[in-house]
Amino acid sequence: MEVVHPADLDEAVGALAAHPGATLLAGGTDLMVEVNFDQIRPEVVVALRRLDDIQDVSRRRIGAGVTFRRLESGDHNALAQLARTIGSPQIRAAGTIGGNIGTASPAGDSLPFLAGLDAEIELHSTSGTRRLRWDDFFTGVKRTARRPDELITAAVLPEDLPDFQEFAKIGQRSAMVISIVSACVFRWRDGRTRVALGSVGPTAIRARRAEEMISEETDPGPTALEEFARLVAREVNPITDHRGTDDYRRHASGVLARRLLERCLSS
Amino acid sequence: MTTRVRSRTVRDGVGESTARSDGIPKVDGTYLYSSDLYMDRMLFGATLRSPHPKAKITKLDIGPAVAMTGIHAVLVGDDVPGLNAFGLETPDQPILASDLVEYWGQAVALVAADDPETARLAVEAIEIEYEVLEPLTDPEEADRRDSVFHRARCRRGPQDVSGAVVVEGYYEVGMQDQAPLGTESGLAIPDGQGGVDLHIATQWTHVDRDQIVAGLGVEEDMVRVHHAGVGGAFGAREDVSLQIHLCLLALYTGRPVKMEYSRAESFVGHVHRHPAQLWMRHEADADGTLRRIEARVIIDGGAYRSTSDSVVGNAVYHAAGPYRCDSVAVDGVAVRTNNPPCGAMRGFGAVQACFGHEAQMDKLADALGMDRVDLRIKNALGRGDVLATSGQVIDTSAPVVEILERLRRMPLPAEDLSDDPRLLPGGTGLTTSRPMVERGVGYAVGLKNLCFSAGFDDYAEARVAITPFGVEVHTAAVEVGQGLGMSCAQIARTVLGIEDVVVYYDDTSKIGSAGSTSASRQTQMSGGAVMEAARMARQIALERGGGDELDGEGVWKDGVLVTPMKDLVGRENIEYHTRFHHPQTEEPDQNGQGNVHVDFAFAAHRAVVDVDRELGLFRVVQIDTVQDVGFMINPRSVVGQIEGGTMQGIGLATLEEIVVEEGVIKNPTFTDYLLPTFLDAPPIEIEVIEEPSSFGPFGAKGVGEPPTVSSTAAVVAAIRDATGLELNRTPVRPEHVASAPL
Amino acid sequence: MTVNGEARVCDVKGSESLLSALRDYLRLTGSKGACEQGECGSCSVLLDGELVCSCLVMAADAEGSEIVTIEGLGGPELHPVQKALVDSGAVQCGYCTPGFVVAAAALLEENPAPSSDEMREALAGNICRCTGYGAILRGLETLVAGR
Repeated sequence: MEVVHPADLDEAVGALAAHPGATLLAGGTDLMVEVNFDQIRPEVVVALRRLDDIQDVSRRRIGAGVTFRRLESGDHNALAQLARTIGSPQIRAAGTIGGNIGTASPAGDSLPFLAGLDAEIELHSTSGTRRLRWDDFFTGVKRTARRPDELITAAVLPEDLPDFQEFAKIGQRSAMVISIVSACVFRWRDGRTRVALGSVGPTAIRARRAEEMISEETDPGPTALEEFARLVAREVNPITDHRGTDDYRRHASGVLARRLLERCLSS
Repeated sequence: MTTRVRSRTVRDGVGESTARSDGIPKVDGTYLYSSDLYMDRMLFGATLRSPHPKAKITKLDIGPAVAMTGIHAVLVGDDVPGLNAFGLETPDQPILASDLVEYWGQAVALVAADDPETARLAVEAIEIEYEVLEPLTDPEEADRRDSVFHRARCRRGPQDVSGAVVVEGYYEVGMQDQAPLGTESGLAIPDGQGGVDLHIATQWTHVDRDQIVAGLGVEEDMVRVHHAGVGGAFGAREDVSLQIHLCLLALYTGRPVKMEYSRAESFVGHVHRHPAQLWMRHEADADGTLRRIEARVIIDGGAYRSTSDSVVGNAVYHAAGPYRCDSVAVDGVAVRTNNPPCGAMRGFGAVQACFGHEAQMDKLADALGMDRVDLRIKNALGRGDVLATSGQVIDTSAPVVEILERLRRMPLPAEDLSDDPRLLPGGTGLTTSRPMVERGVGYAVGLKNLCFSAGFDDYAEARVAITPFGVEVHTAAVEVGQGLGMSCAQIARTVLGIEDVVVYYDDTSKIGSAGSTSASRQTQMSGGAVMEAARMARQIALERGGGDELDGEGVWKDGVLVTPMKDLVGRENIEYHTRFHHPQTEEPDQNGQGNVHVDFAFAAHRAVVDVDRELGLFRVVQIDTVQDVGFMINPRSVVGQIEGGTMQGIGLATLEEIVVEEGVIKNPTFTDYLLPTFLDAPPIEIEVIEEPSSFGPFGAKGVGEPPTVSSTAAVVAAIRDATGLELNRTPVRPEHVASAPL
Repeated sequence: MTVNGEARVCDVKGSESLLSALRDYLRLTGSKGACEQGECGSCSVLLDGELVCSCLVMAADAEGSEIVTIEGLGGPELHPVQKALVDSGAVQCGYCTPGFVVAAAALLEENPAPSSDEMREALAGNICRCTGYGAILRGLETLVAGR
């Protein structure tokens, strides 16, 4: 096995170009599980832990190499909230948002955040840089539009950031859980609302009908909130597995979305 | 000649929370667990396992694996030189399956290689084909088809009794895993003369030895089992896992062989707690007096017998709980299916029974309009009463009334006003805020038989030696973390008056069996053996030294040191070896009656649980317990056992279940088999009742299992109390509690 | 890489974990493996000062890094966390203990006076199956209170 420790972005994408199909190591909290379980035996690994070019965070740009430990104390409320729910301190010290995006698990905790904000994923290769909107990037369960020669370098957020943002995640334990349902709600003072949910479909799901309905309500009352929850529950597409049933996930999606919206409204 | 007043008590004797001798090696990382063992030239073993719950093996070609470089052995069922079968009570499971596999993950072939990676690749290279057969996975269907390991029954008293108030219920307990943090591992070292030394994390070295000897087809003294550092057990290490496999590979290759299961392999490598279905009917007078108890219990033993016969027996004997009742009918069956084999886990049948009888007692109290604790107290067993199921007189401390009275008087936690997510259901997931929470309180009380029952020849050997360098205690008992070695040393100190005591864990060739570290038995059994041996050694010392008192300085007479230690044992150690038996029990008659159990311990829990009803999330706020412990040889260890055992019960109530679909385990990882974390651990207030047991050193009782018996039932009762839901299944899942889907 | 202050060379074959390198190659067996997926914390070490699960670090990626394991935490004396856990009876089977010691030491380094809830959250990635966590919490609370 060969390990490349690129000093900068050019070296990193150079290595990817030279070794199509090389394995990217961006924290290892997903990859090493597959290695330990004998599911993969990588031949070339491009290790990104010390790649400084992807370590910066600003208001609208989150470098792919930023760990969840750093994001726990960041500016974006929902991002900090979700970071806190990811594994343990040990996991958060290693796991990166770029890794979370690259793995593209249906339960990926950062996905509802990115989906709700219509974030773009920035990809870099020897042939240049491109940005894909989240719904063009995430194409299915653990599938993305990243080409093998591309490196995820950042998540880029829109200019018009919401005034309120809240995240919550359901698991069976008080900590250290893979989500059964997760949700992000964003609200602007003018009423515009976005809601995205995780673990209830192949990738993050936007409940667009619920968004349209509630965005019309500048001061939603109990009836509107219940209607919002009902619409969210209709728009998700969950499955039953050993972590939860589809009925429960559907129900919980609506409840979580409503509670998060209430928190936005009372902020 | 020295004349002075002899100090009356020895330091670090019984009743003190002494420091454990393995404490420092365990915190500094130098303590060696079985997985830490290493030898030059050692090989690594790996196991080929069945991917089907039931199938015929139609082709098995080891050629491609044998041809690989770095491979030293590839063994199949035909290579087993002795009896190709093992089993804790009955040898019914093939060491390596030859024709038929009967559960998912059953061992079929073994490999020994230069390194673990090569061993794994060789396992993959073995060519095997199966004809898949229809597995039997429904326990009720197995019962109907009479696919059964054992049926147990109790009939006591007139059977036509009825009461004014009747409650019925159906209950289910999921399959729990012991989940010791150390997976199965060991190192087998051939001795070059056809024999082998096995260093292994186990619970009972001698019973391992007996099964290995049978499988290898060698004489008993050719196999020596040494207990290596054990990373937790809880029943998972009572049955053989890789013991025989390691010895086969070591003898075949002539080299040391090490094996260590991955977590996923561990989930199929040991037996689990039996999942259970219980049907119960209780009848009582209007004043709450229990008149009639009927119960039917099915436990799923899986593909092989293990301890299923004993577990279903225990479930039957514990089905009535710690209550008086003179008309009882209980039927139990351990069925045989193609699910993962089940056997011993802390609580051993009593956990499943308690979940049922305590739900019934709450139902009955509600039907009677009585306070739930009052109903329990009204029917509580006491010393001299008759156990409702076996009919035997309880001739040990049985302070059930006092347990419940004291538990009820313990202060309840204050109402929590905090909005800190760590103190709310959903935890750091931020799902819940305080106004969404309802609080419930649940009580449960249970009992657990101690030591082995039903006429089993239950004994423990120990040897105590007074030497010029201090006292040696020799035992084959296994220290699994509970602090047994410390307790044995404390007993020896107090009896002998000598502080300098070292406990040696001998291999099977040096001393006879201590029995299993299970059934809450070692404090009474190996502790009892050490006490007996120490008393006799003291007697010999007093006779040899010509005095009336013994301590570390020597033998004293009338307050004068008459024989200093160097003279007492300068030429010859004083040694006493004993085989300690507890009072003999009886095999039950055809109605399950008799002096079946030798001793019992009792405990109750009160759980306080906060529930977010809408999302079905819950959090155990606090759990308090009162336990009958006999006498605390080491109070801190007793607390440790109660806290840890209670937590495993909370796990079964709230999280822990091996999910099996069509015979296949769906969650054999710690990502999906969820154990309680630090944030899931509530404060536990503990009170103990020290009233001497019928036997056992200084009146001590075993304390390991009772905390696991009633904690699960109490937590689920509290969730019922908060929600009004029936919740007849444990573990409780969010979807069982969440308000009706939108 | 540097392990407990000493330069060590470890010629790993493939993509194996740092835990494997420590245990199988350097024979530092204090760090334990129990889940192979970062769910139990038994393998906790410090990697360039950060608390991580060594089972989730690719050994080859630790090249040039500084690693502190349980073996390197105390000196001639026990580390205060080690002493606190022994004294409070927090050790039963002890398999989780090295991981707990490293994680608790890392926490106290960063936050010398954590509240009980902060400790419980910070140590939620370390699973203990024997103690029910009570004695561990008491040990650490006593340690923090005595500072």
